[in-house]
Amino acid sequence: MHDKDEKMQSAYGRIHGLGSAKDGTGHWWAQRVSAVALLGLGTWFVYAVLIFTAMEPVAARDWLAQPLNSILLALFTLTALYHGQLGLQVVIEDYVHTHARKYAALVLVQFVTYGAMAAVVYAIAKISLGV
Amino acid sequence: MVELTLPRESKIVAGRVHPKPVAAKNTKVFKIYRWDPVAGGQPRLDEYTIDLDTCGPMVLDALIKIKNEQDGTLTFRRSCREGICGSCAMNIDGTNTLACTKGIDEVCGEVKIYPLPHMEVIKDLVPDLSKIFAQYQSIKPWLRAESEITTGAECRQSETERAKLDGLWECILCFCCSTSCPSYWWNGDRYLGPAVLLQAYRWIADSRDETVGERLDDLEDPFKLYRCHTIMNCTKTCPKGLNPAQAIGSIKQLMVARKV
Ligand code: SF4
Ligand code: SF4
Ligand code: FES
Repeated sequence: MHDKDEKMQSAYGRIHGLGSAKDGTGHWWAQRVSAVALLGLGTWFVYAVLIFTAMEPVAARDWLAQPLNSILLALFTLTALYHGQLGLQVVIEDYVHTHARKYAALVLVQFVTYGAMAAVVYAIAKISLGV
Repeated sequence: MVELTLPRESKIVAGRVHPKPVAAKNTKVFKIYRWDPVAGGQPRLDEYTIDLDTCGPMVLDALIKIKNEQDGTLTFRRSCREGICGSCAMNIDGTNTLACTKGIDEVCGEVKIYPLPHMEVIKDLVPDLSKIFAQYQSIKPWLRAESEITTGAECRQSETERAKLDGLWECILCFCCSTSCPSYWWNGDRYLGPAVLLQAYRWIADSRDETVGERLDDLEDPFKLYRCHTIMNCTKTCPKGLNPAQAIGSIKQLMVARKV
């Protein structure tokens, strides 16, 4: 901000910057839709945890292996991870202004999210299909 | 990057205590932010005591009285003194508002006055508004009606169409809202902020304007529009009682509406 060269560009030129990214609504909408989905899936998850913790480990495994439960668990965890990624992206864009750090943080969040998604899918498949 | 502490040269130090008016019985203390670009150095908080019996009721009256009678160097903007020009916006008693419509009696104890937050200061209570006015200019704040030019016919508007502008046209561009918005503090170089977005919506909502699509195209951006996280500081602080957060919400709804 206190760079002398930067100050010589007109305020109007600076504000126009690189122009509109023609993007942003998709992200915002996905955040709202995933939040709504999580309301329903989250309620199921709380119910599942209550049932789960009351069971013997083997019974719990069988319960989870039922198709509907496996599917709902996969939906819940994947949606939660996706929603978390969208949210973290906003936090990074809000607060991290050094270019290198911002790109690194955004990429890291994506890698960790997709890694976690793959692990979740594998774990549920293993329980459900006995792979 | 978010700044949680002020840089050293912006830290406020104790200032001068100006002498109390003699024989005044009904007094009030004003502590006012002072910074002079010529003298440089750190800003300070000067203290003035006002005789309320010889002062008008508003904070602006007190500022004018100080400038006339105690300290001619005190610098601030004002023009209309009736809440219509937007010049006298400043941070009084912790909120951004207009000095001319804020009653002195609304503040209990000392009256603390600072310039609008997170703006570069030109002098004392005068912030640099060139960036925010450039942002205002960027949304093309004027009526764009092609058919009026081609047909020469007058642009007409029904009463219900006109009613859609209520709550928008009253904005006086004082920027109390934008300078109270944390998103604007952290990303003001890219985020347009509530005042400019309310103005953008004022033209989007105008039935006579024929370029709504282009206006939405220009705002379709993660920073220009979507830095608003509905924190609502803007609506809380607006001295004209307007609701910029709602106007921003309406823009987002239109963005979705043209996609789904
Ligand atoms: S509602 Fe939006 S514009 Fe208003 S203060 Fe909050 S983030 Fe800023
Ligand atoms: S919306 Fe209110 S606070 Fe914001 S610039 Fe307009 S009048 Fe001022
Ligand atoms: S002097 Fe015009 S709004 Fe206060």
